Amino acid sequence: MTLTQQQTTGRVSGIISNLVLVDVDGPVGQNEIGFIQLGDTPLMAEVIKVMGDKAYVQVFESTRGLRPGMEVRFEGHMLESTLGPGILSRNYDGLMHDLNTMSGIFLKKGDYTSALDLEKSWAFEPLAQAGDEVTAGSWLGQVDENGIPHKIMVPFKLQGQYTVESVVEAGEHKVQDTIAVLKDERGTEHKVSMLQKFPVKQAVRAYREKPRPFQLLETGVRTIDTLNPMVEGGTGFIPGPFGSGKTVLQQAISKQAEADIVIVAACGERANEVVDLFVEFPELEDPWTGRKLMERTTIIANTSNMPVAAREASVYTAMSIAEYYRSMGLKVLLLADSTSRWAQALREMSNRMEELPGPDAFPMDLPAIISSFYARAGIVHLHNGETGSITFIGTVSPAGGNLKEPVTESTKKVARCFYALSQARADSKRYPAIDPIESYSKYLEYPELQRTLNEQIEEGWTEKVNELKNILLRGKEAAEQINILGDDGVSIDTHLIFWRSEVVDEIILQQNAFDAVDARTPMDRQQYMVNKVLEVVATPLSFESYEEINPYFKRVINAMKQMNYSEFESEAFKQNMQELEDTLAERKTEN
Amino acid sequence: MPTAFQRIYTKVEEITKATCTVRATDVGYDELATVNGQLAQVVKIMGDQVTLQVFAGTEGVPTDAEVVFLGKAPSLKVGEALAGRFFNAYGDPIDGGPQVEGREQEIGGPSVNPVRRKQPSELITTGIAGIDLNNTLVTGQKIPFFADPDQPFNQVMATVALRTAADRIVLGGIGLTNDDYLYFKSVFENAGALHRIVSFVNTTEDPTVERLLVPDMALTAAEYFAVEKNEKVLVLLTDMTLYADALSIVSNRMDQIPSKDSMPGSLYSDLAKLYEKAVQFEEGGSITIVAVTTLSGGDITHAIPDNTGYITEGQLFLRRDTDIGKVIVDPFRSLSRLKQLVIGKKTREDHPQVMNAAVRLYADAANARTKLENGFELTDYDERTLDFAKEYSDKLLAIDVNIDTDKMLDTAWQLFARHFSKAEVGIKQSLTDQYWPEKQ
Repeated sequence: MTLTQQQTTGRVSGIISNLVLVDVDGPVGQNEIGFIQLGDTPLMAEVIKVMGDKAYVQVFESTRGLRPGMEVRFEGHMLESTLGPGILSRNYDGLMHDLNTMSGIFLKKGDYTSALDLEKSWAFEPLAQAGDEVTAGSWLGQVDENGIPHKIMVPFKLQGQYTVESVVEAGEHKVQDTIAVLKDERGTEHKVSMLQKFPVKQAVRAYREKPRPFQLLETGVRTIDTLNPMVEGGTGFIPGPFGSGKTVLQQAISKQAEADIVIVAACGERANEVVDLFVEFPELEDPWTGRKLMERTTIIANTSNMPVAAREASVYTAMSIAEYYRSMGLKVLLLADSTSRWAQALREMSNRMEELPGPDAFPMDLPAIISSFYARAGIVHLHNGETGSITFIGTVSPAGGNLKEPVTESTKKVARCFYALSQARADSKRYPAIDPIESYSKYLEYPELQRTLNEQIEEGWTEKVNELKNILLRGKEAAEQINILGDDGVSIDTHLIFWRSEVVDEIILQQNAFDAVDARTPMDRQQYMVNKVLEVVATPLSFESYEEINPYFKRVINAMKQMNYSEFESEAFKQNMQELEDTLAERKTEN
Repeated sequence: MPTAFQRIYTKVEEITKATCTVRATDVGYDELATVNGQLAQVVKIMGDQVTLQVFAGTEGVPTDAEVVFLGKAPSLKVGEALAGRFFNAYGDPIDGGPQVEGREQEIGGPSVNPVRRKQPSELITTGIAGIDLNNTLVTGQKIPFFADPDQPFNQVMATVALRTAADRIVLGGIGLTNDDYLYFKSVFENAGALHRIVSFVNTTEDPTVERLLVPDMALTAAEYFAVEKNEKVLVLLTDMTLYADALSIVSNRMDQIPSKDSMPGSLYSDLAKLYEKAVQFEEGGSITIVAVTTLSGGDITHAIPDNTGYITEGQLFLRRDTDIGKVIVDPFRSLSRLKQLVIGKKTREDHPQVMNAAVRLYADAANARTKLENGFELTDYDERTLDFAKEYSDKLLAIDVNIDTDKMLDTAWQLFARHFSKAEVGIKQSLTDQYWPEKQ
C-alpha cells in the first residue's frame, strides 16, 4: 500500500529517548516506516505524529549515539507483516524479524533478519485454475507446512475482482517464485508469489461474514471449560495481580487448547518465561494431533527489556499473522501476555509527545485502541464457505492488583470472558486462582452455545454448570456465616453447605498444572467428574456434631483428588473411586 | 575517541536542580559531558539545544560553566582486576587502590537475544528453609526482598551471598547508609570472600542522581564475568526503591507527566531493563539478581513494588513471628516463580507436594488464629494446626535455620506425622507410602 509517491527523506532534528523529530523534505504518512542511518546501521522507526514539516517518529531501537543531522529515508508503507509458508515454529521479535537467524548472544541494532526462509522449497499444489474469478484471500494453491495445509492466497492488498490467468503446476517452489498470474478488471496482469505483505495495524477483511460464536474451545482447564467456557472465535482476558498465576494459566491454555495454530505474543514480559516456551514446545506433544507443540506454534517475543516501541507493534504483528491463518480456514488461538505492557508502551510515547493525558496518564484513546484490537478476533465464514476463527485471550496486569484501573476497565467492556485471578485464592495455593464467582463467560448465555453443549456433552449440561455455580455461591455465604457466628453458632446444615462447595472447589476448580495427569482434563473426563461431584453433593449425610464434618469431608476430597491424579479409568482411579463410595456409605442416610 | 579536539561550550541557557541546557552541535544522544567539572549525560536534544542531566546536581553551576562533551556513553573498564575492589557510581575506586586497567565497556548495553538464553535449571541453595524449601532460587533468576525499612534485609542478603556457591558477587549499593556499606565490607572481609566480590556503592552521602548509574555499573561488571569468564555471578542490588526515587526526580525536572505515585510512566521499562540482565547463558555463565525493594508501611500496591513484582521472578517477604520471636520468610506472600524448574527434579521427588501441603496447613492455622482472636471455640483440628504452625515456623521458616534440602523435607514429614493424619495432609499416596515416618 503506497502512501506516498516518491521517496521522502529527512534529517534528525531532535531526540528524547526513543522519540525522534525529523525535518522532512516531502510528504510522509501517519504510521509510515522510515530508517534512520546511524553510521552503517539503519534504525527502523514509525511516524506517529506530523506537525508541518516535522515528523515525530518512534524508533524501534535504542537511540544511543544518534545525532541531529543524521539522514532518514521513508519507505512509503506502514509497518507490515511478512506472510507466507514457514511462519510456524519460528520465533520472531515484535517486528517479525527471525530471532534465531540473528547473530551473537546480544541483540544488535539494525540486525533485521528475514521473517521467512527465502531459499527453502515448498511442494506447491494448485487449487485454482485459469479462468477462476478470485478476490483477496481466495485460495490459489497450498503447501504442506508442518502437516497443516497452508493455503496460498490472493494477496490481501489486491482490491476488487480478478481473473486467474495461470497457476503453476504442482511442484517445488520458493516463496518468492511467481505461482500465479491474475488479471484485474482493466486487464492489467499481477504476478502473485507465496509471499505477501500486509500492514499489521489494518484488519484483514477477506471473509463473507462474522457470525456469533457457537462452539466450545476446549482448553483442558476445568474451571474454564466447565464453569466459564471459552468459545471458538471468542475473546477473553485474564487480569490478576502478580503472583496469581496468569502466566502459568496462559501457558497451560497454549499447550492444551484445541486449536490448529497457536500464536503467543510475549509482550513486555519476562524473558525467562519465553525461554520456557522455547525449551518445552519443541519437546511437548500437541494432545490433539500428537505432533510437537512447536509445529503449530509461532512465538512473538518482545520481552520487557526489548525496545518499547516494538512492544506496541508486537501485538499487531501477532494479530496480523493470526488473520492470515484464519483466512486459510484454520482455528487460531492468539494469546497476548500482557496487554497492559502494550498499553504502557502507548503511555510512554504519548508522554514523550506531551499529549494531554487521560486517567493514570494513559492516552485518551486507550479504550478505543483496545476495543478495535479485540474486535479483530472472531469466527468467520470465508467466501468459499469454509470457516476460520481467531480466539483471543489477553492477560492484563492491573497496577496494584486494582481492577478499577484504565486497562482492565477498557478491556472488560470488550472481552466476553472474564477470568479474574484472585489474590486470596493464590495465597491459599488454590490454583488456578480463577475466582469462580467474580468470573464470567458471556457465551454461556448464548443459545447457540447452549445448544452445542447440550448436544456434544449431554442434555441438560448448562443446568448442571449453573448448579455448580449455585453450590459455590451458597458455600461462600455459609463460610461467611461460620466466620461471623463461629463453628458452634451455626447449624450442621450450614457446615454441610460449606463443605459441599469445598468439594466442587477442590475437585473441579483446583487443578495442578504441573502434574502430568491432572494438568489437562479432556471434556469426557470433566463431564464424568462433574456428575460425580454433583452426586456427592446430593448424597444425604448424617452427622452428630459439626466436629465430625471436617475430617470426614477431608477424606472424601482426598479420595476424589487421588482420582484426579490417576489416569482416567485406570486401576488406581477405580480404587480411589471405591474408597470414595465406601466413605460415602459410612454416613449415607436413606431418605 | 575524540579527545584532542573536544569542543568546549560556555553558554548554559537553562538550569534546573538536576539538568542544564546548553547550545551545542554534533552531540550524540546518551553522550557524557562534564559541566563545571561534574559528570553529566545528554538526555534530550532539540535542534541545537542539548539538555544534560548533571549527576551530582547543579548546585553552584553558573551560566558560563564550561561544558565539555566526551564523545562516549557512560562506561566501565572491565577486567579481572575488578575483583575485590570498591567503586563509586562512576566506576572510580573508593578503596584507595589504583584505577583498574581493562577494556572500556559501555554500560546499559544491549539485551540478550531471548533465543540465546538457556532455561535456568541450576539450584541455588542458601540453607534457609524459608527460601530453599518454599521459594527455591535458581541461577539466572531475579528476585527482590520486599521489606520494611526496619527489617534485617541487608543481613539476610549478606548471608545468602556468602552461603551460595557463586563464583562472583557484585554488590550494587544504591543510597546505602554508610553504616550498611561498612557492614557489607566487614562481613565480606571476615568471611575471606573479598576476592570474589566487586562493589559499586553510592551512599546516602553521595548525590542522589548518581544512583542511576550504580545498577548499570554493577550489571556491566556482572556481564563481563558471566559472558567472558563463564562465571556464576550473583548481583545484589540494595535498595531499588531509592533508584526509582532518583528516576522520578529526573523525570520531574524534565517536566514529564507523572503516572501512578508520581513515578515516571516508563518505570516498568526502566526497571525491566535492569532486572532482565539476569540470565543463564549456554556456556554456563549466569547472572542472578537478588534485590531489595523497601516498602512504605508494607504497601505492595505502590508503583515501585508493584512494577517490580511484575518484572521479577517472585518476591521474598520477611516477617517477625511473635510466637517464636524470630524473623521468618513469610510463606504466604513469598514466591519464587522459577522453583518449578528445579523442585522435585534437582531436589527430592516429594519436594513440591510437601511444600504445598505445609503451606496449606499453615494457612489453616492462620484461619484458626482468626477464630481464636474473634473469641470462637477451636476444634481439635484447629488446635493441632496451631501447634504445627509454631513448630513449622521455628524449625523451618526462621531465617537462622541452616540445613540442607533433604533435611528440610524430612523435618516437614515429621511435623506432619506428629500433628496430622495422612488424609489431613492430603499428599499423593505413592509419596506418603514412602516418606511418612514410622510412629515415634
